Amino acid sequence: MQLDKGLIGHTFKPFTTVVEAGKVKLFCKAIGEEDPIHTDEAAAKEAGYPGVVAPLTFLRALQADDPDKGGLLRMLNVDIGLILHGEQHFEYFAPVVVGDKLTCQQKVIDIYDKKGGALWFVVQEMDMKNQAGKLVAKGRGVTVVRNPDPAKK
Amino acid sequence: MANVTAPKFADVKVGDSLKSLVLPPVSRHQLALYCGGSGDHNPIHVDLDFAKKFGFKDVFAHGMLSMAFLGRLVTSWVPQKQVRGLGTRFTSITWVGDVITVSGKVTGKREANGEKLVDLEVKCTNQNGQDTLQGSATVALN
Repeated sequence: MQLDKGLIGHTFKPFTTVVEAGKVKLFCKAIGEEDPIHTDEAAAKEAGYPGVVAPLTFLRALQADDPDKGGLLRMLNVDIGLILHGEQHFEYFAPVVVGDKLTCQQKVIDIYDKKGGALWFVVQEMDMKNQAGKLVAKGRGVTVVRNPDPAKK
Repeated sequence: MANVTAPKFADVKVGDSLKSLVLPPVSRHQLALYCGGSGDHNPIHVDLDFAKKFGFKDVFAHGMLSMAFLGRLVTSWVPQKQVRGLGTRFTSITWVGDVITVSGKVTGKREANGEKLVDLEVKCTNQNGQDTLQGSATVALN
């Protein structure tokens, strides 16, 4: 297996998604987050937010709203069973709240291998802008691909 | 958890520790909830047959589930609106049944962009003392 380094710099088609209360609520249940700012509008406003607050790492979950979800793996011709999450970083510029309409733009920043090709790394960035056009967050993720070739294991 | 009051910048010292979170053992139920809640439907986290086919002994937790725990630690210390950054490396796999402790400490204080910033080291550690996530966070204090 060899990943196509020609995809470095590839920019994905942006997609727009709305932050939904039900998704935030289920996300909070899954992670054990009980602060009412994530479920109760009055509590969120009292705490100084414009609305029900999406948790910090919920932003990564918004990637699943991409209608072209999995597009990178298809382009790289990589089976989902071979990937691991290597790194994830967020910069936050403004709170994201339920009802926000976010436009997300992903880009491939780098592709490289280690251990003689046994592991490949794909670095992606995502910019997230709200309905006012304000950049609210930037994400950077590193996906690790395990090379399935027996000689490379 | 509600109405977290942030410490004052002047009161925070490099080396200060945050109060750790000790989480319940990771369960298959939690992974199913996170699969649905996060939209990350990779079967490797919920389907034992699939995980075995790809060489794993069992299903294992989404890295992002543990990163959410890092977020919970930071927002138990300061309100979320004061968090400027959160990042991590996923350094080892979290298995079903693992008991994760989330800990953090202050590594630096600085001023940038007109804000007083505090840098934190944050991590998840399993019951064997092995770090599963090694991360960092930046928060703004008054």
